[in-house]
Amino acid sequence: MSFLQPSDIQAIILSFKVACTATVLSTPLGIGVAYLLAHTRIPGKTVLEGVVNLPLVLPPVVVGYLLLVLFGRNGWIGQVLARFDIHIIFTLTGAIIASSVVGFPLLVRSIRLGMESVDASYNKASRTLGAGPWDAFLTITLPLSGRAVLAGMTLMFARSLGEFGATIILAGNIPGVTQTIPLAIYEYTSSPGGDRMALSLCFVSILLSFIVLLASGAATRTLNKR
Amino acid sequence: MQLEVAVHKKLGPFSCNAEFSLTGRRVGIFGASGSGKSTLMHMLAGLLKPDSGRISLGGVTLFDSSTGINLKPEKRRIGVVFQHAHLFPHMSVRRNLLYGWRRTPEQDRHLQPEAIIEVLGLEHLLDRGVGMLSGGERQRVALARTVLTCPRLILMDEPLTGLDEELKFQIIPYLIKFFSTFDIPLLFISHALLEMRLMTEQVLVVEGGQVAKQMATEELARTSWATPRHGYANLLRLGRPKPRGDLWAYQWGDMHLILTEKGKDGENIFELDAREILLFKRHPEATSARNLLPCIVRKLFTVGNRVRVELQCGPDQLIAQIVPESMRELELAEGKEIVAVIKASAFRRLM
Repeated sequence: MSFLQPSDIQAIILSFKVACTATVLSTPLGIGVAYLLAHTRIPGKTVLEGVVNLPLVLPPVVVGYLLLVLFGRNGWIGQVLARFDIHIIFTLTGAIIASSVVGFPLLVRSIRLGMESVDASYNKASRTLGAGPWDAFLTITLPLSGRAVLAGMTLMFARSLGEFGATIILAGNIPGVTQTIPLAIYEYTSSPGGDRMALSLCFVSILLSFIVLLASGAATRTLNKR
Repeated sequence: MQLEVAVHKKLGPFSCNAEFSLTGRRVGIFGASGSGKSTLMHMLAGLLKPDSGRISLGGVTLFDSSTGINLKPEKRRIGVVFQHAHLFPHMSVRRNLLYGWRRTPEQDRHLQPEAIIEVLGLEHLLDRGVGMLSGGERQRVALARTVLTCPRLILMDEPLTGLDEELKFQIIPYLIKFFSTFDIPLLFISHALLEMRLMTEQVLVVEGGQVAKQMATEELARTSWATPRHGYANLLRLGRPKPRGDLWAYQWGDMHLILTEKGKDGENIFELDAREILLFKRHPEATSARNLLPCIVRKLFTVGNRVRVELQCGPDQLIAQIVPESMRELELAEGKEIVAVIKASAFRRLM
Protein backbone atom coordinates (compact mmCIF):
# COMPACT_ATOMS: atom_id res chain seq x y z
CA MET A 1 0.00 0.00 0.00
CA SER A 2 1.48 3.33 -1.04
CA PHE A 3 1.90 6.33 1.28
CA LEU A 4 -1.04 8.25 -0.23
CA GLN A 5 -4.19 7.00 -1.95
CA PRO A 6 -5.37 8.68 -5.19
CA SER A 7 -8.28 10.08 -3.17
CA ASP A 8 -5.76 11.65 -0.78
CA ILE A 9 -4.04 13.39 -3.67
CA GLN A 10 -7.45 14.67 -4.74
CA ALA A 11 -8.10 15.94 -1.22
CA ILE A 12 -4.77 17.77 -1.19
CA ILE A 13 -5.46 19.40 -4.56
CA LEU A 14 -8.96 20.37 -3.43
CA SER A 15 -7.63 21.85 -0.21
CA PHE A 16 -5.27 23.99 -2.22
CA LYS A 17 -8.00 25.08 -4.62
CA VAL A 18 -10.28 26.04 -1.77
CA ALA A 19 -7.62 27.86 0.25
CA CYS A 20 -6.17 29.72 -2.73
CA THR A 21 -9.53 30.79 -4.13
CA ALA A 22 -10.90 31.83 -0.75
CA THR A 23 -7.79 33.86 0.06
CA VAL A 24 -7.46 35.54 -3.33
CA LEU A 25 -11.16 36.44 -3.53
CA SER A 26 -11.34 37.68 0.05
CA THR A 27 -8.23 39.86 -0.02
CA PRO A 28 -9.61 42.87 -1.95
CA LEU A 29 -12.73 42.84 0.20
CA GLY A 30 -10.60 42.40 3.31
CA ILE A 31 -8.48 45.41 2.36
CA GLY A 32 -11.63 47.47 1.82
CA VAL A 33 -13.20 46.50 5.14
CA ALA A 34 -9.91 46.97 7.01
CA TYR A 35 -9.58 50.46 5.54
CA LEU A 36 -13.13 51.35 6.57
CA LEU A 37 -12.43 50.14 10.10
CA ALA A 38 -9.00 51.72 10.39
CA HIS A 39 -9.29 55.09 8.71
CA THR A 40 -12.89 56.21 8.43
CA ARG A 41 -15.63 57.31 10.74
CA ILE A 42 -18.63 55.68 9.09
CA PRO A 43 -21.86 55.19 11.01
CA GLY A 44 -22.39 51.61 12.16
CA LYS A 45 -18.69 50.89 12.33
CA THR A 46 -19.08 48.96 15.56
CA VAL A 47 -21.76 46.78 14.01
CA LEU A 48 -19.61 46.13 10.95
CA GLU A 49 -16.71 45.24 13.20
CA GLY A 50 -18.90 42.86 15.18
CA VAL A 51 -20.24 41.10 12.08
CA VAL A 52 -16.76 40.71 10.60
CA ASN A 53 -15.32 39.30 13.82
CA LEU A 54 -18.27 37.05 14.69
CA PRO A 55 -16.96 33.97 12.82
CA LEU A 56 -13.81 34.21 14.94
CA VAL A 57 -15.70 33.59 18.16
CA LEU A 58 -18.59 31.44 16.94
CA PRO A 59 -18.09 27.67 16.66
CA PRO A 60 -17.42 26.95 12.95
CA VAL A 61 -20.33 24.52 13.02
CA VAL A 62 -22.65 27.40 13.90
CA VAL A 63 -21.21 29.50 11.06
CA GLY A 64 -21.68 26.56 8.70
CA TYR A 65 -25.26 26.09 9.81
CA LEU A 66 -26.07 29.81 9.40
CA LEU A 67 -24.55 29.68 5.92
CA LEU A 68 -26.63 26.59 5.16
CA VAL A 69 -29.77 28.46 6.20
CA LEU A 70 -28.74 31.46 4.09
CA PHE A 71 -27.65 29.56 0.96
CA GLY A 72 -30.14 26.66 1.21
CA ARG A 73 -32.85 26.11 -1.33
CA ASN A 74 -35.22 28.25 0.73
CA GLY A 75 -32.63 30.65 2.12
CA TRP A 76 -32.52 34.37 1.23
CA ILE A 77 -29.53 34.10 -1.03
CA GLY A 78 -30.15 30.48 -2.04
CA GLN A 79 -33.56 31.36 -3.53
CA VAL A 80 -32.10 34.12 -5.66
CA LEU A 81 -29.18 31.99 -6.83
CA ALA A 82 -31.52 29.06 -7.63
CA ARG A 83 -33.21 31.23 -10.24
CA PHE A 84 -29.91 31.41 -12.11
CA ASP A 85 -29.42 27.68 -11.56
CA ILE A 86 -26.52 28.28 -9.19
CA HIS A 87 -26.19 25.85 -6.31
CA ILE A 88 -23.92 26.33 -3.36
CA ILE A 89 -24.74 23.45 -1.04
CA PHE A 90 -22.52 20.39 -1.44
CA THR A 91 -20.33 22.02 -4.08
CA LEU A 92 -16.76 23.31 -4.26
CA THR A 93 -18.18 26.86 -4.22
CA GLY A 94 -19.80 26.04 -0.88
CA ALA A 95 -16.44 24.91 0.52
CA ILE A 96 -14.84 28.15 -0.70
CA ILE A 97 -17.59 30.27 0.86
CA ALA A 98 -17.31 28.43 4.17
CA SER A 99 -13.53 28.93 4.22
CA SER A 100 -13.83 32.58 3.22
CA VAL A 101 -16.28 33.42 5.98
CA VAL A 102 -14.32 31.62 8.69
CA GLY A 103 -10.94 33.01 7.59
CA PHE A 104 -12.12 36.56 6.84
CA PRO A 105 -11.81 37.98 10.40
CA LEU A 106 -8.18 36.87 10.57
CA LEU A 107 -7.45 38.58 7.28
CA VAL A 108 -9.19 41.83 8.24
CA ARG A 109 -7.64 41.93 11.69
CA SER A 110 -4.13 41.65 10.38
CA ILE A 111 -4.58 44.20 7.56
CA ARG A 112 -6.32 46.61 9.88
CA LEU A 113 -3.53 46.50 12.44
CA GLY A 114 -1.07 47.11 9.62
CA MET A 115 -3.01 50.06 8.26
CA GLU A 116 -3.43 51.60 11.69
CA SER A 117 0.32 51.49 12.20
CA VAL A 118 0.95 53.46 9.00
CA ASP A 119 1.60 57.07 10.03
CA ALA A 120 -1.32 59.16 8.75
CA SER A 121 1.16 61.93 7.97
CA TYR A 122 2.34 60.11 4.86
CA ASN A 123 -1.18 60.22 3.59
CA LYS A 124 -1.43 63.94 4.39
CA ALA A 125 1.87 64.60 2.66
CA SER A 126 0.69 62.82 -0.46
CA ARG A 127 -2.51 64.86 -0.49
CA THR A 128 -0.58 68.13 -0.37
CA LEU A 129 1.50 66.79 -3.26
CA GLY A 130 -1.58 66.51 -5.41
CA ALA A 131 -2.82 62.96 -4.83
CA GLY A 132 -6.56 62.41 -4.47
CA PRO A 133 -7.89 60.13 -1.71
CA TRP A 134 -7.89 56.99 -3.90
CA ASP A 135 -4.50 57.79 -5.33
CA ALA A 136 -3.09 58.31 -1.83
CA PHE A 137 -4.60 55.01 -0.67
CA LEU A 138 -3.23 53.00 -3.58
CA THR A 139 0.24 54.56 -3.68
CA ILE A 140 0.90 55.21 0.02
CA THR A 141 -1.34 53.46 2.55
CA LEU A 142 -1.66 50.13 0.75
CA PRO A 143 2.02 49.63 -0.13
CA LEU A 144 3.03 50.67 3.38
CA SER A 145 0.72 48.04 4.85
CA GLY A 146 1.92 45.41 2.36
CA ARG A 147 3.49 43.25 5.04
CA ALA A 148 0.28 43.19 7.05
CA VAL A 149 -1.72 42.24 3.95
CA LEU A 150 0.68 39.39 3.33
CA ALA A 151 0.51 38.25 6.94
CA GLY A 152 -3.28 38.34 6.80
CA MET A 153 -3.32 36.32 3.60
CA THR A 154 -1.01 33.74 5.15
CA LEU A 155 -3.20 33.41 8.22
CA MET A 156 -6.29 33.09 6.12
CA PHE A 157 -4.70 30.56 3.80
CA ALA A 158 -3.58 28.43 6.72
CA ARG A 159 -6.98 28.72 8.34
CA SER A 160 -8.66 27.65 5.08
CA LEU A 161 -6.41 24.60 4.76
CA GLY A 162 -7.60 23.51 8.18
CA GLU A 163 -11.24 24.52 7.88
CA PHE A 164 -13.56 21.68 8.93
CA GLY A 165 -16.74 22.55 10.81
CA ALA A 166 -18.37 25.06 8.49
CA THR A 167 -17.25 23.18 5.40
CA ILE A 168 -18.70 19.80 6.40
CA ILE A 169 -22.08 21.39 7.04
CA LEU A 170 -22.28 23.66 3.98
CA ALA A 171 -20.39 21.56 1.44
CA GLY A 172 -20.58 18.07 2.86
CA ASN A 173 -17.85 15.44 2.68
CA ILE A 174 -17.94 14.23 -0.92
CA PRO A 175 -14.67 12.65 -2.08
CA GLY A 176 -13.34 14.39 -5.19
CA VAL A 177 -15.83 17.24 -4.89
CA THR A 178 -15.64 18.84 -1.46
CA GLN A 179 -13.47 16.47 0.55
CA THR A 180 -10.46 18.52 1.67
CA ILE A 181 -7.61 17.21 3.84
CA PRO A 182 -9.31 17.66 7.25
CA LEU A 183 -12.50 16.04 5.98
CA ALA A 184 -10.53 13.12 4.55
CA ILE A 185 -8.74 12.67 7.88
CA TYR A 186 -12.09 12.73 9.64
CA GLU A 187 -13.39 10.00 7.34
CA TYR A 188 -10.30 7.84 7.86
CA THR A 189 -10.52 8.08 11.61
CA SER A 190 -14.16 7.10 11.62
CA SER A 191 -13.63 4.03 9.43
CA PRO A 192 -11.97 0.85 10.83
CA GLY A 193 -8.27 0.45 9.97
CA GLY A 194 -7.92 4.00 8.65
CA ASP A 195 -5.50 5.15 11.37
CA ARG A 196 -2.39 4.77 9.24
CA MET A 197 -3.92 6.69 6.34
CA ALA A 198 -5.13 9.41 8.69
CA LEU A 199 -1.63 9.70 10.08
CA SER A 200 -0.02 10.10 6.67
CA LEU A 201 -2.52 12.86 5.76
CA CYS A 202 -1.75 14.52 9.09
CA PHE A 203 1.89 14.45 8.11
CA VAL A 204 1.03 16.08 4.76
CA SER A 205 -0.98 18.70 6.62
CA ILE A 206 1.93 19.55 8.92
CA LEU A 207 4.28 19.77 5.93
CA LEU A 208 1.93 22.08 4.04
CA SER A 209 1.45 24.41 6.99
CA PHE A 210 5.19 24.56 7.46
CA ILE A 211 5.75 25.45 3.81
CA VAL A 212 3.13 28.23 4.07
CA LEU A 213 4.89 29.69 7.11
CA LEU A 214 8.29 29.55 5.43
CA ALA A 215 6.99 31.14 2.22
CA SER A 216 5.31 33.92 4.17
CA GLY A 217 8.48 34.54 6.17
CA ALA A 218 10.53 34.78 2.97
CA ALA A 219 8.02 37.18 1.38
CA THR A 220 8.02 39.40 4.47
CA ARG A 221 11.82 39.55 4.40
CA THR A 222 11.74 40.60 0.75
CA LEU A 223 9.25 43.36 1.56
CA ASN A 224 11.40 44.49 4.49
CA LYS A 225 14.42 44.83 2.28
CA ARG A 226 12.63 47.14 -0.12
CA MET B 1 1.26 86.46 -2.42
CA GLN B 2 -2.04 87.91 -1.32
CA LEU B 3 -3.33 85.75 1.50
CA GLU B 4 -6.50 86.60 3.38
CA VAL B 5 -7.49 84.52 6.35
CA ALA B 6 -10.29 84.76 8.87
CA VAL B 7 -10.90 81.37 10.43
CA HIS B 8 -12.25 79.90 13.60
CA LYS B 9 -11.55 76.40 14.82
CA LYS B 10 -12.21 74.75 18.15
CA LEU B 11 -10.16 71.69 19.07
CA GLY B 12 -11.13 70.46 22.52
CA PRO B 13 -10.16 73.17 25.02
CA PHE B 14 -8.04 75.01 22.46
CA SER B 15 -9.56 77.46 20.06
CA CYS B 16 -7.90 79.15 17.14
CA ASN B 17 -9.22 82.48 15.90
CA ALA B 18 -6.90 83.76 13.24
CA GLU B 19 -7.55 86.84 11.22
CA PHE B 20 -4.95 88.43 9.00
CA SER B 21 -4.20 89.67 5.55
CA LEU B 22 -0.76 89.26 4.06
CA THR B 23 1.20 90.49 1.11
CA GLY B 24 4.86 89.69 0.81
CA ARG B 25 7.21 87.06 -0.46
CA ARG B 26 8.68 85.61 2.69
CA VAL B 27 6.52 85.73 5.74
CA GLY B 28 7.00 83.99 9.05
CA ILE B 29 4.49 82.64 11.52
CA PHE B 30 6.18 82.96 14.87
CA GLY B 31 5.01 81.64 18.19
CA ALA B 32 5.80 79.25 21.03
CA SER B 33 4.83 75.60 20.68
CA GLY B 34 1.13 75.12 21.36
CA SER B 35 0.28 78.62 20.18
CA GLY B 36 -1.69 77.36 17.20
CA LYS B 37 0.88 77.69 14.41
CA SER B 38 0.45 74.14 13.20
CA THR B 39 -3.34 74.28 13.44
CA LEU B 40 -3.24 77.33 11.22
CA MET B 41 -0.87 75.63 8.79
CA HIS B 42 -3.14 72.57 8.55
CA MET B 43 -6.17 74.77 7.86
CA LEU B 44 -4.34 76.64 5.11
CA ALA B 45 -3.23 73.39 3.48
CA GLY B 46 -6.74 71.93 3.64
CA LEU B 47 -5.75 69.14 6.01
CA LEU B 48 -8.00 70.48 8.76
CA LYS B 49 -11.41 72.01 8.18
CA PRO B 50 -12.10 75.27 10.03
CA ASP B 51 -15.42 75.49 11.87
CA SER B 52 -16.15 78.73 10.11
CA GLY B 53 -14.49 81.54 8.21
CA ARG B 54 -12.82 82.23 4.94
CA ILE B 55 -9.41 81.65 3.34
CA SER B 56 -8.36 83.05 0.00
CA LEU B 57 -5.02 83.04 -1.78
CA GLY B 58 -4.30 85.34 -4.70
CA GLY B 59 -8.02 85.99 -5.22
CA VAL B 60 -8.93 82.27 -5.25
CA THR B 61 -11.25 81.21 -2.46
CA LEU B 62 -9.89 78.07 -0.81
CA PHE B 63 -12.42 77.89 1.96
CA ASP B 64 -15.61 79.76 2.71
CA SER B 65 -18.05 78.42 5.25
CA SER B 66 -20.82 80.77 4.11
CA THR B 67 -20.86 79.41 0.55
CA GLY B 68 -19.72 75.89 1.44
CA ILE B 69 -16.49 76.09 -0.54
CA ASN B 70 -13.76 73.81 0.77
CA LEU B 71 -11.10 72.95 -1.79
CA LYS B 72 -9.44 69.59 -1.18
CA PRO B 73 -5.72 69.68 -0.31
CA GLU B 74 -4.76 68.33 -3.74
CA LYS B 75 -6.68 71.15 -5.43
CA ARG B 76 -5.25 74.04 -3.42
CA ARG B 77 -1.76 74.00 -4.91
CA ILE B 78 -0.24 74.86 -1.57
CA GLY B 79 2.95 72.94 -0.89
CA VAL B 80 3.81 71.81 2.62
CA VAL B 81 7.22 70.89 3.99
CA PHE B 82 6.54 69.11 7.25
CA GLN B 83 8.71 69.18 10.32
CA HIS B 84 9.61 65.52 10.00
CA ALA B 85 9.85 65.59 6.20
CA HIS B 86 7.49 62.60 5.85
CA LEU B 87 9.39 61.16 2.92
CA PHE B 88 7.65 58.03 1.67
CA PRO B 89 9.70 55.17 3.13
CA HIS B 90 8.83 52.68 0.38
CA MET B 91 10.19 54.86 -2.42
CA SER B 92 13.65 55.95 -3.48
CA VAL B 93 14.65 59.61 -3.33
CA ARG B 94 13.95 59.93 -7.04
CA ARG B 95 10.44 58.49 -6.77
CA ASN B 96 9.75 60.73 -3.78
CA LEU B 97 10.85 63.77 -5.75
CA LEU B 98 8.72 62.93 -8.75
CA TYR B 99 5.63 61.93 -6.75
CA GLY B 100 4.10 65.38 -6.82
CA TRP B 101 5.61 66.36 -10.17
CA ARG B 102 3.79 63.49 -11.90
CA ARG B 103 0.52 64.63 -10.38
CA THR B 104 0.91 68.24 -11.46
CA PRO B 105 -0.94 69.20 -14.63
CA GLU B 106 1.50 69.82 -17.48
CA GLN B 107 0.53 73.47 -17.94
CA ASP B 108 1.43 74.16 -14.30
CA ARG B 109 4.86 72.55 -14.43
CA HIS B 110 7.05 75.61 -14.79
CA LEU B 111 10.02 74.19 -12.89
CA GLN B 112 12.29 71.44 -14.17
CA PRO B 113 13.29 68.63 -11.79
CA GLU B 114 16.94 68.89 -12.95
CA ALA B 115 17.14 72.55 -11.93
CA ILE B 116 15.68 71.95 -8.47
CA ILE B 117 17.85 68.89 -7.90
CA GLU B 118 20.91 70.94 -8.75
CA VAL B 119 20.07 73.97 -6.59
CA LEU B 120 19.40 71.76 -3.59
CA GLY B 121 22.43 69.55 -4.26
CA LEU B 122 20.60 66.25 -4.48
CA GLU B 123 22.21 64.70 -7.58
CA HIS B 124 24.17 62.07 -5.68
CA LEU B 125 21.20 61.01 -3.54
CA LEU B 126 18.66 60.15 -6.24
CA ASP B 127 18.96 56.37 -6.15
CA ARG B 128 19.18 56.05 -2.39
CA GLY B 129 16.42 54.80 -0.15
CA VAL B 130 15.10 57.55 2.09
CA GLY B 131 16.20 55.60 5.18
CA MET B 132 19.82 56.30 4.22
CA LEU B 133 19.56 60.10 4.36
CA SER B 134 20.79 62.45 7.07
CA GLY B 135 18.43 64.91 8.74
CA GLY B 136 19.50 67.79 6.53
CA GLU B 137 19.28 65.74 3.36
CA ARG B 138 15.78 64.61 4.28
CA GLN B 139 14.60 68.20 4.60
CA ARG B 140 16.17 69.17 1.30
CA VAL B 141 14.50 66.23 -0.45
CA ALA B 142 11.20 67.15 1.18
CA LEU B 143 11.54 70.74 -0.01
CA ALA B 144 12.43 69.66 -3.55
CA ARG B 145 9.51 67.23 -3.60
CA THR B 146 7.10 69.98 -2.57
CA VAL B 147 8.57 72.57 -4.91
CA LEU B 148 8.26 70.25 -7.91
CA THR B 149 4.48 70.48 -7.63
CA CYS B 150 4.99 74.16 -8.58
CA PRO B 151 2.79 75.40 -5.73
CA ARG B 152 1.42 78.92 -5.46
CA LEU B 153 2.62 79.06 -1.86
CA ILE B 154 4.98 76.94 0.21
CA LEU B 155 4.32 76.33 3.89
CA MET B 156 7.32 75.20 5.89
CA ASP B 157 6.34 73.86 9.28
CA GLU B 158 9.35 74.07 11.61
CA PRO B 159 11.57 72.48 8.97
CA LEU B 160 14.76 73.09 10.96
CA THR B 161 13.56 72.06 14.40
CA GLY B 162 15.28 68.92 15.57
CA LEU B 163 18.37 69.49 13.44
CA ASP B 164 21.57 70.38 15.25
CA GLU B 165 22.90 73.93 15.04
CA GLU B 166 25.64 73.23 12.55
CA LEU B 167 23.30 71.41 10.19
CA LYS B 168 20.73 74.19 10.42
CA PHE B 169 23.17 76.72 9.11
CA GLN B 170 24.21 74.34 6.38
CA ILE B 171 20.63 74.14 5.14
CA ILE B 172 19.58 77.77 5.46
CA PRO B 173 21.86 78.92 2.61
CA TYR B 174 20.21 76.32 0.35
CA LEU B 175 16.82 77.64 1.36
CA ILE B 176 17.79 81.27 0.84
CA LYS B 177 19.41 80.50 -2.50
CA PHE B 178 16.39 78.51 -3.45
CA PHE B 179 13.77 81.08 -2.62
CA SER B 180 15.73 83.84 -4.31
CA THR B 181 16.24 81.74 -7.46
CA PHE B 182 12.66 80.54 -7.77
CA ASP B 183 9.96 83.05 -7.22
CA ILE B 184 7.67 81.13 -4.85
CA PRO B 185 6.04 82.82 -1.85
CA LEU B 186 6.99 81.26 1.46
CA LEU B 187 5.17 81.01 4.76
CA PHE B 188 7.77 79.92 7.28
CA ILE B 189 6.55 78.56 10.58
CA SER B 190 8.96 78.48 13.49
CA HIS B 191 9.47 79.27 17.15
CA ALA B 192 13.14 80.17 16.65
CA LEU B 193 13.79 83.88 16.25
CA LEU B 194 17.14 83.48 14.54
CA GLU B 195 15.66 81.22 11.84
CA MET B 196 12.91 83.77 11.36
CA ARG B 197 15.38 86.60 10.92
CA LEU B 198 17.36 84.66 8.34
CA MET B 199 14.40 83.35 6.38
CA THR B 200 11.68 86.01 6.47
CA GLU B 201 11.01 89.70 6.00
CA GLN B 202 7.86 90.03 8.04
CA VAL B 203 6.18 87.95 10.71
CA LEU B 204 2.84 87.15 12.20
CA VAL B 205 3.19 86.59 15.91
CA VAL B 206 0.75 83.92 17.06
CA GLU B 207 -0.25 83.66 20.72
CA GLY B 208 -3.00 81.49 22.16
CA GLY B 209 -4.49 80.67 18.78
CA GLN B 210 -4.67 84.31 17.69
CA VAL B 211 -2.54 86.53 15.54
CA ALA B 212 -1.28 88.99 18.15
CA LYS B 213 0.98 91.14 16.00
CA GLN B 214 2.12 91.57 12.44
CA MET B 215 5.45 93.32 11.92
CA ALA B 216 8.82 93.37 10.18
CA THR B 217 11.05 90.52 11.34
CA GLU B 218 13.87 92.82 12.46
CA GLU B 219 11.42 94.85 14.49
CA LEU B 220 10.30 91.67 16.23
CA ALA B 221 13.94 90.84 16.97
CA ARG B 222 14.49 94.27 18.48
CA THR B 223 11.37 94.22 20.62
CA SER B 224 11.67 90.68 21.94
CA TRP B 225 15.15 91.27 23.42
CA ALA B 226 13.61 92.28 26.73
CA THR B 227 12.64 88.70 27.62
CA PRO B 228 15.12 87.48 30.25
CA ARG B 229 17.92 85.14 29.18
CA HIS B 230 17.58 86.16 25.54
CA GLY B 231 20.17 88.65 24.47
CA TYR B 232 19.86 90.38 21.17
CA ALA B 233 21.98 88.97 18.37
CA ASN B 234 23.31 91.42 15.79
CA LEU B 235 23.32 89.75 12.38
CA LEU B 236 26.11 91.10 10.23
CA ARG B 237 26.26 90.43 6.53
CA LEU B 238 29.93 90.72 5.67
CA GLY B 239 31.69 90.42 2.34
CA ARG B 240 34.56 88.11 1.49
CA PRO B 241 37.45 87.81 3.94
CA LYS B 242 40.87 89.29 3.22
CA PRO B 243 43.90 88.08 5.18
CA ARG B 244 45.36 90.61 7.59
CA GLY B 245 48.28 89.15 9.49
CA ASP B 246 46.92 85.96 11.02
CA LEU B 247 43.42 87.42 11.22
CA TRP B 248 40.76 88.21 8.62
CA ALA B 249 39.38 91.57 7.57
CA TYR B 250 35.85 91.95 6.26
CA GLN B 251 34.26 94.93 4.59
CA TRP B 252 31.28 96.18 6.61
CA GLY B 253 29.66 99.38 5.42
CA ASP B 254 32.50 101.88 5.06
CA MET B 255 34.80 100.25 7.60
CA HIS B 256 36.61 96.99 8.18
CA LEU B 257 35.96 94.44 10.87
CA ILE B 258 38.76 92.17 12.05
CA LEU B 259 37.74 88.63 12.87
CA THR B 260 39.52 85.47 13.88
CA GLU B 261 37.31 83.28 11.74
CA LYS B 262 37.80 82.79 8.03
CA GLY B 263 34.54 82.74 6.09
CA LYS B 264 33.81 81.60 2.57
CA ASP B 265 34.19 83.69 -0.57
CA GLY B 266 31.01 85.64 -1.10
CA GLU B 267 28.57 86.78 1.58
CA ASN B 268 29.06 85.58 5.13
CA ILE B 269 26.58 86.02 7.92
CA PHE B 270 28.01 86.46 11.41
CA GLU B 271 26.21 86.67 14.72
CA LEU B 272 27.38 89.14 17.34
CA ASP B 273 25.80 89.04 20.77
CA ALA B 274 24.76 92.51 21.99
CA ARG B 275 26.45 91.71 25.33
CA GLU B 276 29.84 91.25 23.62
CA ILE B 277 30.08 94.94 22.65
CA LEU B 278 32.02 97.16 25.08
CA LEU B 279 31.42 100.90 25.05
CA PHE B 280 34.15 103.49 25.72
CA LYS B 281 33.77 107.21 26.24
CA ARG B 282 36.97 108.01 24.32
CA HIS B 283 39.20 106.05 22.01
CA PRO B 284 41.28 103.77 24.23
CA GLU B 285 44.92 104.09 23.26
CA ALA B 286 45.67 100.44 23.32
CA THR B 287 43.43 97.43 23.84
CA SER B 288 43.51 93.73 23.18
CA ALA B 289 40.29 94.01 21.20
CA ARG B 290 40.82 94.42 17.46
CA ASN B 291 37.73 96.39 16.51
CA LEU B 292 37.28 99.98 17.67
CA LEU B 293 34.33 101.56 15.96
CA PRO B 294 33.40 105.21 16.39
CA CYS B 295 29.59 105.36 16.73
CA ILE B 296 26.76 107.67 17.60
CA VAL B 297 24.14 106.69 20.16
CA ARG B 298 20.78 106.76 18.48
CA LYS B 299 18.46 105.41 21.12
CA LEU B 300 18.54 104.19 24.70
CA PHE B 301 15.99 101.88 26.17
CA THR B 302 15.98 100.55 29.72
CA VAL B 303 14.21 97.43 30.91
CA GLY B 304 14.89 96.31 34.49
CA ASN B 305 18.64 96.15 34.98
CA ARG B 306 19.50 96.13 31.30
CA VAL B 307 19.89 98.94 28.80
CA ARG B 308 19.66 98.52 25.07
CA VAL B 309 21.86 100.97 23.19
CA GLU B 310 21.21 101.46 19.49
CA LEU B 311 24.37 102.57 17.75
CA GLN B 312 24.86 104.12 14.35
CA CYS B 313 28.22 103.01 12.90
CA GLY B 314 28.52 104.67 9.51
CA PRO B 315 25.60 103.45 7.44
CA ASP B 316 24.99 100.43 9.65
CA GLN B 317 23.48 99.84 13.04
CA LEU B 318 24.59 97.80 15.99
CA ILE B 319 22.77 97.05 19.18
CA ALA B 320 24.69 96.76 22.42
CA GLN B 321 23.41 95.69 25.80
CA ILE B 322 24.82 97.21 28.99
CA VAL B 323 23.70 97.79 32.59
CA PRO B 324 22.16 101.07 33.86
CA GLU B 325 25.19 101.83 36.04
CA SER B 326 27.49 101.86 32.99
CA MET B 327 25.06 104.13 31.21
CA ARG B 328 25.30 106.66 34.02
CA GLU B 329 29.08 106.51 34.25
CA LEU B 330 29.47 106.90 30.49
CA GLU B 331 26.93 109.72 30.56
CA LEU B 332 25.25 108.16 27.56
CA ALA B 333 22.63 110.23 25.79
CA GLU B 334 21.10 110.19 22.36
CA GLY B 335 23.40 111.81 19.81
CA LYS B 336 26.57 111.32 21.89
CA GLU B 337 29.70 110.00 20.16
CA ILE B 338 31.29 106.93 21.69
CA VAL B 339 33.57 104.05 20.69
CA ALA B 340 32.30 100.47 20.44
CA VAL B 341 34.97 97.87 21.11
CA ILE B 342 34.58 94.31 19.90
CA LYS B 343 37.01 91.42 20.19
CA ALA B 344 37.97 89.65 16.98
CA SER B 345 36.77 86.37 18.47
CA ALA B 346 33.33 87.66 19.51
CA PHE B 347 31.80 86.98 16.12
CA ARG B 348 30.21 83.63 15.42
CA ARG B 349 29.87 82.60 11.83
CA LEU B 350 26.37 81.30 11.06
CA MET B 351 26.78 80.71 7.37
